[in-house]
Amino acid sequence: MQQVFTKAMARNIFLGGAVFFLAIYLALTYDTWQRIPIRDHADQMTPAVLRGKYLLDTNDCIGCHTINGEGAYFAPELGNVYKRRGPDFIKAWIQSQPTGVPGRRQMPNFHFTPDQLNDLVAYLQWLSNIDTNNWPPNIQG
Amino acid sequence: MKYQSQAVAKPYFIAALALFVGQIVFGLIAGLQYLYGTFLFPELPFDVAHMSHTNLLIVWLLMAFMGAAYFIVPEEAQTELYSPKLALLTFWVFLTAGALTIAAYLFVPYAHLAAITGNAVLPTMGRGYLEQPLPTKIGIVLVALSLLFNVTMTLIKGRKTSINLILVGSLWGLALLFLPAFYFPQDTVKASFGWWWIVHGWVEGDWELILGALLGFILIKMTGVDREIVEKWIYIIVAMTLVSGIVGIGHHYYYTGAPSYWIWLGSIFSALEPLPFMLLIAFSFKMLLARRREHPNKAAMLWAMGTPIMAFLGAGLWGFMITLAPAQYYMHGTNFTAAHGHLAFFGAYAMVSLAIISYAMPLLRGRVANSAAAQRWEMAGFWIMVLSMIGIALALTGAGIVTVVLQRAAADPMPFMQVQDKERVFFWLRELAGVGFFVGLLVYLRSFFISGEYEYAGEMKRALAT
Repeated sequence: MQQVFTKAMARNIFLGGAVFFLAIYLALTYDTWQRIPIRDHADQMTPAVLRGKYLLDTNDCIGCHTINGEGAYFAPELGNVYKRRGPDFIKAWIQSQPTGVPGRRQMPNFHFTPDQLNDLVAYLQWLSNIDTNNWPPNIQG
Repeated sequence: MKYQSQAVAKPYFIAALALFVGQIVFGLIAGLQYLYGTFLFPELPFDVAHMSHTNLLIVWLLMAFMGAAYFIVPEEAQTELYSPKLALLTFWVFLTAGALTIAAYLFVPYAHLAAITGNAVLPTMGRGYLEQPLPTKIGIVLVALSLLFNVTMTLIKGRKTSINLILVGSLWGLALLFLPAFYFPQDTVKASFGWWWIVHGWVEGDWELILGALLGFILIKMTGVDREIVEKWIYIIVAMTLVSGIVGIGHHYYYTGAPSYWIWLGSIFSALEPLPFMLLIAFSFKMLLARRREHPNKAAMLWAMGTPIMAFLGAGLWGFMITLAPAQYYMHGTNFTAAHGHLAFFGAYAMVSLAIISYAMPLLRGRVANSAAAQRWEMAGFWIMVLSMIGIALALTGAGIVTVVLQRAAADPMPFMQVQDKERVFFWLRELAGVGFFVGLLVYLRSFFISGEYEYAGEMKRALAT
């Protein structure tokens, strides 16, 4: 086998395979890029939604929570929290942090203004309408 | 050590191990916060402990990879490193930037850090593993450019072995794959899709090439097996990595808003991702059996043989468990993923780093191998760390099972925090295993402080006497 299957052949499979599958991936990515705005209703990304997203990012929310399953597993899923809790509960909850209950996991208070809370909720509402192939399996996330 | 300039690898390896200690400390803190949520709050919220834990992991692995590159590339190229001074300067820049970044995490609130580092101009912060402020990210690119320049110039003027071509090529890939960190689309689904170019591209693609090159180098040196055979195996292994892994990225796209065809594509190709790890095991043990010499550095051989097995367990087996779309529907975003992440990062990348450190450090300290006593400490550290990490993975898997049963697949699903309460026993087991791991790390580090080199005559006498 050593004579039949040489190192040069192995190298060519490596290079050829890499180029071939990279080309396939790039073509699929191009197609995905066209479809994502439809699946996540990108036309509904209002300035408030984008401001809310910026607040989520710059306060490292995914350092504890998940968004569509991605992030840390310390605190509940945010992708569908709008549907689970509704806007008023979410705002009241964020404002009342930290609970200070002994031993319970604590969320910091980020001192958001009422406008910022509205932006956050707008973003969470937009998130909850993304077509995620019916994930999560139920409202508990 | 064949070339003087290989010595620049030493500070990289030492710093890697120091940062490794830091990573474990933050891991223990974060793990304890799962059980006592008020522990160190509000001084050190969970997210800060968590990002310090994951970022230190990345930084110490990069330190180890860079040290490995500065050690291996000159030896393979059979020439001195192009610029040892640049390599040393780069080391201090990287270490300082890394330390400043962790200090900023600890002492500056994240939103404030974003405000003072220009995140509004070019948003990059707030993504997993990529929490670093903009100046740090730019610093990482500069450090990578310096490394690439140095090793590429060394390669150009020297011998071009396949090991070296794969190693230097994959370092270029590592740097290129980091560039999407500067592209953070406002569309969350696109942002998640692109985030995986970096994370999946590194750990399920490019870094497997680095792993292959490092392991190939170690085995050529330690077993004396013909280079042509080793390099052919490595090419086959890394070919399988990319054939399965490039489209296999689809297993991150099932439930994040990407089109449904990824469910099929991701399931089929990612199901093949364990194959390169199986080949890696076959290769390593074949080389071990075909060895033409008995290398006195038994500890390095233990790391080299342990790496493919643990990488297969963590990346291959635990990865496969959550990769098929119907299974992931229930397991996505649970501690199943954390179990896989811990075992795979440790089994593949931490262990191959410790393998090259184990092989190279004695040489950098002027001996072929450490004394038998030092090696006993190192091998004890190996076993304690490996078994503890398996314990961490099993405990997190237990927590994942509870989430799936009570929260994801239940007829009457329970809320997140109630489910977390039911998992306390597993979080305790994880924390205990974490303490075990820390003890293993200290035992391992102890081996560096036992002086002396391997004494052939003494060891032979002892072996004959028993």
